[in-house]
Amino acid sequence: MKRMNIVITGHVDHGKSTLTGRLLADTGSLPEGKLEAVKAMCAGNSRPFEYAFLLDALADEQKQGITIDSARVFFKSPLREYIIIDAPGHIEFLKNMLSGASRASAAVLIIDAKEGIAENSRRHGLLLSLLGIRQVVVVVNKMDLVNYSRDVFDRICGDYSLFLAELGVQPQHFIPVAAREGVNLISGSANTPWYTGKSVLEALDSFDDEQSLEDKPFAMSLQDVYKFTENNDDRRIFAGTPSTGTISAGDRVAFLPSGKTSVISTVEGFNTEQRFNAGAGEATGFTLETQVYVKPGEVMVKEGEGSIKVSDRFRANIFWLGSKPFETGREYKLKIGCAKTSVTIEKIEKLIDAQSLGKEADRKGIRRHEAATLLLKTSAPVAFDTFDANEPLGRFVIIDDYNIAGGGIILEALEKSSARKVRAYSKHEVELNRFIRKHYPHWECINIEE
Amino acid sequence: MDHLQKLEAHSVYILREAYREFKSLSMLWSIGKDSTVLLWLTRKAFFGHVPFPLIHIDTAFKVPEMIAYRNELCLKYRINLIVGQNTEALANNETFPGGLDRLACCKKLKTEALVNTLSGAWGRQRLDFETGALVPDKSREAFTGVIAGVRADEEGSRSKERVFSARDEKSEWDTASQPPELWNQYKTEFAPGTHVRIHPLLDWTELNIWEYIERENIPVIPLYFNQGDGRRYRSLGCWPCTKPVESEARTVTEIIDELKSGKFRNIAERSGREQDKEGGGTLEALRKDGYM
Repeated sequence: MKRMNIVITGHVDHGKSTLTGRLLADTGSLPEGKLEAVKAMCAGNSRPFEYAFLLDALADEQKQGITIDSARVFFKSPLREYIIIDAPGHIEFLKNMLSGASRASAAVLIIDAKEGIAENSRRHGLLLSLLGIRQVVVVVNKMDLVNYSRDVFDRICGDYSLFLAELGVQPQHFIPVAAREGVNLISGSANTPWYTGKSVLEALDSFDDEQSLEDKPFAMSLQDVYKFTENNDDRRIFAGTPSTGTISAGDRVAFLPSGKTSVISTVEGFNTEQRFNAGAGEATGFTLETQVYVKPGEVMVKEGEGSIKVSDRFRANIFWLGSKPFETGREYKLKIGCAKTSVTIEKIEKLIDAQSLGKEADRKGIRRHEAATLLLKTSAPVAFDTFDANEPLGRFVIIDDYNIAGGGIILEALEKSSARKVRAYSKHEVELNRFIRKHYPHWECINIEE
Repeated sequence: MDHLQKLEAHSVYILREAYREFKSLSMLWSIGKDSTVLLWLTRKAFFGHVPFPLIHIDTAFKVPEMIAYRNELCLKYRINLIVGQNTEALANNETFPGGLDRLACCKKLKTEALVNTLSGAWGRQRLDFETGALVPDKSREAFTGVIAGVRADEEGSRSKERVFSARDEKSEWDTASQPPELWNQYKTEFAPGTHVRIHPLLDWTELNIWEYIERENIPVIPLYFNQGDGRRYRSLGCWPCTKPVESEARTVTEIIDELKSGKFRNIAERSGREQDKEGGGTLEALRKDGYM
């Protein structure tokens, strides 16, 4: 059976956990006795039963009635197995919402019919677009509190689709729901005779499965190189998970940014039949015909193929989660795939304000929970792609003070900075350099012909 | 790729990240089905090798077959095994049954033993390949990265876990302020004094575990199967707190049927564990202090 990760997101108190809890209960996905146990717990503490208590498992969450961290819950429709990521809506826990959402391939955005579009309804829409989640359903919840008014529903849908359109997000469905009452969750409801669209469960089932990335050009960020000597193992294995494409024994490969090349000798595995090829998403490993000395983080491609760029400058959209701002003039650590390098802000081009999407001139830094378009410069060239062309190699995180403090997607590669000294080498120098690189690759001599 | 292949690939990726980033890495091994799958995934990740030690916290209340199976398997594959124990609590009878209740016993025999075994504060034993016996471990190396086989579907507080979960100097878990994990980027940078729990199996369900055991033909301890008395263990732990369930399942395939459409379709796995039932949020409290 296929499996899909879905994130439920929206402003605090708009009913994410209630929707998820009720969905679990109505699809019969709860373990026996769980519903009764939570009901008994509520009765014992003389508080009304809430479906949200099925998910808010942490003691502080139940005490305060909010979701602090995203929970993974599992449920099945006849079509698919889902992991529902119930993400917190409170601004303070935005990083938890993002952690949950970045694992999802589709999203349900919830808006409270009575309260209307709130600050986080906008911010979450923006963040979903920055995470690259394109399959979105908007649920207008608590319709019972507005007497199932079609006008209220239409107004919210109109306003919110205008906002999402600016972000390039086009929801597949808008659904009027009363999660606590189970209205339009599994099937249609007499309460909303004017609504003839899909229920939430039907909308989830209508999402497309993730597309296979095997048809794209091959690219793999090298995760590690292994040489285990036990039991006389003399393999030197280049391990990683290809993000796109397929590769076979005999293919010529190049590593970027070093430019070193070799030929795939074998595809390695454990407890599997001998294989001759591997493709996107498989955690695999290769031996090479000639020994090249490359570091983790280099991107292996088929020689002369694909769109992978090598540069030390690019334009990106980022969102910031760190308690300290992301500032110009300071050095941070950047991770793309398995590559790590230090990075600085070259220029802040514009702030993507969650409220107005407007501009704010002359900013020196990006504050917590803000998003921006900026130019970044790394200390050494790295191999990457734009997010449009290759999602896994077009996204990155920024580390500040040991923590992931920001994430972003690459919009465009920029020209390499021309900091390197340009000088003319003699014919003899070039020949000698070529000789050394060919016969003594482990000296890691730079290529002066570039 | 089907869902089991995806789960496998994701877990292998996590194991390789851990191995690259942590100089001092170990893996908790409880002998049960989850950690046995974890061990198998490790051999997948490292092409047949297990390049870090396994740590077993022996409460001295384990079902006896488990210990024999543990030693046999580690000798067969020549896997480094380190064993830790709260010998003082055992000597003073600070256990359940004994002087303590179930949760206090968990804290003594599991949490305290684990924390002090990982840090090297207490003496450890290791399995000697030549004699097959446990001998004192000379090393007092502290493990900063610890791989554990917890699954999100086991219980509420585990559903909130990160893949790379930071614990502070006192091994405490700060649930309100966990580091972000974006896409497949995890917290692999850490300040001196922190250590990190690595959870490659978070996205696996109990059913996935058995489906994978079947597909890969992974040997598991026979306690999971009905040996003729109409009972089997669904979850393994200490004998005073973990009871076998009534079941006719004699094979992995029969266990899968039981979970998919049979009698356990809607019954939580840990329903046989007494310590989970003592009040709400107790496992969370244990885990905050460093319990697995």
